[in-house]
Amino acid sequence: MVTLITPELIRDHGLSELEYERIKAILGREPNITELGVFSVMWSEHCSYKNTRRELKKFPTTGPHVLVRAGEENAGVVDIGDGWAVAFKMESHNHPSAVEPFQGAATGVGGIIRDIFTMGARPVFLLDSLRFGPVEGTSPGAKNNRRLFAGVVAGISHYGNCIGVPTIGGEVYFDESYEGNPLVNVFCLGILRHEQIARGAAKGVGNPVFYVGSETGRDGLAGATFASRDLTDESKEDRPAVQVGDPFKGKLLLEACLELLASGCVTGIQDMGAAGLTCSTCETASRGGTGVQIDLALVPQREPGMTPYEILLSESQERMLIIVERGQEAKVKETFEKWDLPYALVGEVTNDGMMRVLNHRRVEVEIPAAKLANDAPVYEREFVPGPRVPEFRIEEIPSVDLQQSLVQLLGHPTIASKNWVFRQYDHTVRAGTVVLPGSDAAVFYVREAGKYLAATCDCNGLYCKLDPREGARIAVAEAARNLVCTGATPLAVTDNLNFGNPYHPENFWQLREAVEGLAEACGKFGTPVIGGNVSLYNQNPSGAIDPTPTVGMVGLVGDERWITRQYFRDATDVIYLIGPIGHEIGAGQYLAIVHGRKTGLPPRLNYQLEMGVQAAVRTLIERGLVKSAHDCSEGGLGVALAECCISGERNIGASVRLGHRPMRFDQVLFNESQSRVIISVRAEDADATEAVCAAAEVPFARLGEVGGPDLIVSTEQEMVRWDVAQLHQTWYFSIERAMCAHET
Amino acid sequence: MKIAVVQFPGSNCDQDCLRALTDGLSVPAEYLWHKKTSISGFDAVVLPGGFSYGDYLRCGAIARFSPIMRAVVRAAKEGMPVIGICNGFQILCEAGLLPGALIRNQSLRFVCELVWLRVETDETPFTARLGRGSLLRMPVAHGEGSYLADEATLATLRSNGQIVFRYVDESGRVTQESNPNGSMLNIAGICNEARNVVGMMPHPDRAWDRRLGSEDGKLLFESLVGTLESAGAG
Repeated sequence: MVTLITPELIRDHGLSELEYERIKAILGREPNITELGVFSVMWSEHCSYKNTRRELKKFPTTGPHVLVRAGEENAGVVDIGDGWAVAFKMESHNHPSAVEPFQGAATGVGGIIRDIFTMGARPVFLLDSLRFGPVEGTSPGAKNNRRLFAGVVAGISHYGNCIGVPTIGGEVYFDESYEGNPLVNVFCLGILRHEQIARGAAKGVGNPVFYVGSETGRDGLAGATFASRDLTDESKEDRPAVQVGDPFKGKLLLEACLELLASGCVTGIQDMGAAGLTCSTCETASRGGTGVQIDLALVPQREPGMTPYEILLSESQERMLIIVERGQEAKVKETFEKWDLPYALVGEVTNDGMMRVLNHRRVEVEIPAAKLANDAPVYEREFVPGPRVPEFRIEEIPSVDLQQSLVQLLGHPTIASKNWVFRQYDHTVRAGTVVLPGSDAAVFYVREAGKYLAATCDCNGLYCKLDPREGARIAVAEAARNLVCTGATPLAVTDNLNFGNPYHPENFWQLREAVEGLAEACGKFGTPVIGGNVSLYNQNPSGAIDPTPTVGMVGLVGDERWITRQYFRDATDVIYLIGPIGHEIGAGQYLAIVHGRKTGLPPRLNYQLEMGVQAAVRTLIERGLVKSAHDCSEGGLGVALAECCISGERNIGASVRLGHRPMRFDQVLFNESQSRVIISVRAEDADATEAVCAAAEVPFARLGEVGGPDLIVSTEQEMVRWDVAQLHQTWYFSIERAMCAHET
Repeated sequence: MKIAVVQFPGSNCDQDCLRALTDGLSVPAEYLWHKKTSISGFDAVVLPGGFSYGDYLRCGAIARFSPIMRAVVRAAKEGMPVIGICNGFQILCEAGLLPGALIRNQSLRFVCELVWLRVETDETPFTARLGRGSLLRMPVAHGEGSYLADEATLATLRSNGQIVFRYVDESGRVTQESNPNGSMLNIAGICNEARNVVGMMPHPDRAWDRRLGSEDGKLLFESLVGTLESAGAG
């Protein structure tokens, strides 16, 4: 039976008339239904970046240490010295998680892990950047947000724990804008030798093409297309577009692939992620400058009666395409039989540049592979600046009880301890987690390489909503600052651009601004973007999410002795603030959480100051002067000081004297001006510390001393005192309380 | 002397266990693939943690049928030291080498955290060098680690001194708060009647290096090596 290609069918495939004309021009004829499906997924936003490609070109992507650049392969690769390298990348699974949180998140983890081992790297750790609507209270919305939050965390835990890759850090935010459209951005890093870098290219005409891993089923049909449109109330009917993950199969596939790669017979390897078999065949052919011919009848299938359309567009998980040297077929057989995994010889590399798909030897699809992979239209979307946000004046809000304000901030799920989350993740497997989740950045000892890596993800969506360019700059600066605080030197970045529907000019303006902000900041900090992901159409019926360009940054700690944690250690240690005392209150959590105002201009980033502060902190750490270092971010100095007191193994107080301050005390305590780090040093190292700061010509202030059961903060006019044990109770159990209070 | 680390499909602490032995202690150790049928040439066996066979059906329930398990059971009955860590403990219970069962954590959630353990007996190959009552610090990471047994079994475990580790607080007291999973009697590890087979949920394989914040796990492996050496396996 031949399906007639009607305008409705074309529209249902998310293709425009113009795009259809282009398809006909490429083929020199009308496509059949299977080919239409193939173009539809490959030219979806998710696979082709057709709306964002021009923007992404703005990123700095090169550097002396970049071994594989962004866009070249499944993930970028960076040199870390001594012949070792890291491959890392962040990817979103927002849409699937919105309709099926557990499987959506689980398969997000599986997918990013495959992207990493496809590069020939052994995955060593994961991070997650998650965002949900508010989880507190009894409203149906809060109840649903709790369901999504619990489901996503359980899904990540299910996949990551089973496959044995530790989840060692990340971030979780709660805000109304993510209601019904949670963000699930998963980051994975892997380790490899330079010579082990594997390529996703079909090389060597006549080489056999193998399908390995799970059987193909009907799950996840055209998921890439699903992810490239708005979420609506009807989206739950798209549940079949969500894949189902099997971490056990994922683990077997990981080990089998690394074993086969180590044998040296593999010439090309590509994971079947978005757009499944379609994407892996045309991309490997396109990268190799060759063609690939496969026969679908040979593909292992989970159920009978699947059509070529379904087999090609399925996004069943835990599958790879592997091309080996001719004559090495037995090696594939041996390896995959050892691991009890399905495998099949499905085709070969050809020299005619075509992606040719047969079904029982009859041609079903015949498309020039490079054109399919690379010639999706590229659009310049219209953009219109959002409304100008006025600067916020502190006089617009009443003075409130500051004692209570800090408690309120620490108890807000966005700021509160995330132990409810990371206790569900296995964060100690692989015996390398040196700095546990909950500090500024996680530090992991990669045993095989003898290297300490630090990693963090950061983005303040509220800043980005109120000023996307500045918010994006700050995301990069904060990530770098977090790494520096743990003793690391930043290396490179992966980004995950989460935005609304790009056809709304204001949304596209946000994206443009954010990309330019990221690009500029990455250039300044010398951290090229080596890969990432774009997730658009993050909308719920009430509008777009706050723009969220998440930054994942990796750094290298040069010496074990430099590894630094955020919490105060011992009484009598002296506390310093490196950087200014600040004053910018706009777009801050104090306004949002305590006063219910999501407004004002976010703080401004001054690159010179920021880099000066980071350099000073690095010097202090490398000279062995620093006992703890913590950056000031959400909730400003007040929250940062409290975290220094309560985030260690035991609580410890501090006395902080801020002297004469010509502004309101709430502005002193909770402003979110950038470029600030709180450190503590031994009393006898105070002079040396001050000398370093003076030489670095950065502002600094001696704030006080560590010790006692209370956190006491005073200026010449005022003083507030908090019992740190009580602060700890509020902060540590806040999320658990929100999640459990309504369980029954 | 050579120690086997068994690799089941889905084991994910096999590499950690091997490194703890070879890098942490410089003891010869090798992987032993689950499809093998013999453990000749080895002096002790480690069943590592992970999710053997995806923990499908029930944790450890499929792994016990792996070909190597026949040989492990035979060797255990002949007195070879065998330790099962986490999923390995679950496999030992399923294989009938240890009594009782490990069920879902009371919280119904996976739990990964550092715990304190109290050594209840030094009469096993893995605790011989640990003082009775001494405290160890190491992580747990499991979804199904709540130890369950009937009253009679618990009574036997107690009277025979087969409880090897219990979850305690920092000062060594058995408390409800220090029990991460709802295990009966705060049991974290037990041994068989002959005392050569030990199962435990916490991970000594993640606590053998100062970088990891604790080296207490190393003491277990050192005990094993000491026992094997004095038995003449050196």
